[in-house]
Amino acid sequence: MQTPENVVLHVADVHKHFGGLHALSDIDLQVEEGKTHAIIGPNGAGKSTLLNVIIGRLPPSSGAVVFDGTVLTGKKPHEINQLGVARVFQTPEIFSDLSVLQNVMTPAFARRDGAFKINMFGLVDNENDIRAEAEAILDDVGLVERRESHAGALSRGDKRRLELAMCLIQKPRLLLLDEPTAGMSRHDTNTTIELLKKIKSRGMTKVIIEHDMHVVFSLADKISVLAGGKIIAEGLPNEVRGNPKVQEAYLGGAH
Amino acid sequence: MTKFISRKDLTLFISFTAIVLALPFLAAPFGAAYPDLLQRFMIFGIFAIGFNILFGLTGYLSFGHAAFFGVGSYAAMWSFKLLSTNAIPALIFAVIVAGIFALVIGFVSLRRSGIYFSILTLAFAQMSYNLAYSVLTPITNGETGLRMALSDPRVLDRMFFEVPAGTPVPSLFGATLSGWNGFFFSAVFLIATFFLAMRITNSPFGMMLKGIKSNQNRMNYTGFNTRPYTLTAFVISGMLAGLAGALLVVTDPLAGAERMRWTASGEVVLMTILGGVGTLVGPVIGAWVIKYFENIFSSFNNNILYNFWSFLPEGMQSTVVYISSKFVGEGWHLTLGLVFMLIVIFLPGGIMEGARRIGALLERISGRTRSRSELKPTAAE
Repeated sequence: MQTPENVVLHVADVHKHFGGLHALSDIDLQVEEGKTHAIIGPNGAGKSTLLNVIIGRLPPSSGAVVFDGTVLTGKKPHEINQLGVARVFQTPEIFSDLSVLQNVMTPAFARRDGAFKINMFGLVDNENDIRAEAEAILDDVGLVERRESHAGALSRGDKRRLELAMCLIQKPRLLLLDEPTAGMSRHDTNTTIELLKKIKSRGMTKVIIEHDMHVVFSLADKISVLAGGKIIAEGLPNEVRGNPKVQEAYLGGAH
Repeated sequence: MTKFISRKDLTLFISFTAIVLALPFLAAPFGAAYPDLLQRFMIFGIFAIGFNILFGLTGYLSFGHAAFFGVGSYAAMWSFKLLSTNAIPALIFAVIVAGIFALVIGFVSLRRSGIYFSILTLAFAQMSYNLAYSVLTPITNGETGLRMALSDPRVLDRMFFEVPAGTPVPSLFGATLSGWNGFFFSAVFLIATFFLAMRITNSPFGMMLKGIKSNQNRMNYTGFNTRPYTLTAFVISGMLAGLAGALLVVTDPLAGAERMRWTASGEVVLMTILGGVGTLVGPVIGAWVIKYFENIFSSFNNNILYNFWSFLPEGMQSTVVYISSKFVGEGWHLTLGLVFMLIVIFLPGGIMEGARRIGALLERISGRTRSRSELKPTAAE
């Protein structure tokens, strides 16, 4: 299968079935460089399965996931990250026992030093470049005043900001966001959307998996709608919203 | 500007060194100022610091560290027998052998985490204990334990000089290592170990280890291959346990299998938790407290107890002595168990957390008086 030049992530003809259950059939997604691509769908549409296939956690029954010329299937999480893919989880995954600043500095070491490097006699205190960079990113997400706080003590919304900062400092080529506003209050949802809009201009490619169409409507350049394991519609946000098949998927049966 | 050491760490390190070297005087009021006991303070301090590099930083709870301690003892003893009575080659050899053991055991055990990891290390340690106790008797001399003998080859010694007559003892380039010499020799290694632990804790490597303890999943998705990190910590920690084991045979030249028993593995866990997991000084304090009270309580007998409770009326005295006698002497582990339970329930951060709480309390009290005295002039203005 040919992948066009400007496509960073290509989910090519992926099928995934568990026994007789077809969780995903005939999925073909092309995520273009620098774009924000949202994958939405009602509950049970196969969004989580698709995400797990993309990050290599589940092998597809057929087809392949290609990131920038590399097949991701079967790779370990750290290998995928080192290729330039960062991930935001449904429930923020942060280092609760470390300070906010240390949370953001740690991923910077992974980017600079690779997956494994023993630097036993250096001092974290001497890493001025990394600290300055971390503080700049914390400033972007509005957490710089809390840099010395215990990360576990942050609110849910602030944890999400922190997790985003941890991904941003790695300057990933592709950022995967798994329901970034799931379980959040209206206020936290709105601030998170604002933050995502703010970082949109950075030019990194983003894939957002989302249940709620309204969250991604103002963010996405392109939306793919997943229902019953198939892509039923794809296009610009406005086209997708007007599509009767999408309305049916969201309003009828599954929802 | 790059710094070699931060001011805070330098202060901590200098205070630690001063306290360790002044122990012969500081311990005198507690009746602990004799070399035998203070040497054990040093040796188990090293053991606990090493254990804490694994448990305190990565969160992996090993229940088999006594295996490395025992391997270090045997390796040092064989170096005394085969190479030289000099302690330096013995220590180097012990650290290397313990490191190799830790590499193998860690490589297998670290495939699992949590309770499964602990069980695997425990199983390995019990296997090592049984090997030492019965299977490998030609190497370990089984139950009797391994000691030096007049007929030992000691090739290096014989190559360079006429070996003195009489039972060989460990030495350091001719100087004996018994008594206070042994204490200061071990103290140098404790101070060096403390410095190493301090550097690791404040290094990027230490930060990665703390990240693994906090959220290993995030570490993986952040691009770290976590297993080599935990394995490195495991090996460092095993090597330090080997060093401690070797120092024990330097000061008391008998290597026995009982040092590898699971109770010995459990003891270092107790020391670390009692002192404060993940802190720099905590494990050392825990080791000292346990070794000190072991020394006190296990030497108590009924006579001492009768004197202690002598202010009570006759009938009551013998009842109280009968009850308290169960908690001392052979039964001192009962006391240790009770203290440990109280610490874990009321002070999960150990003695260090207790010290922090007292410090915070004092600060609050002094802060209140200070703010009051500061308020007065403002009110007068």
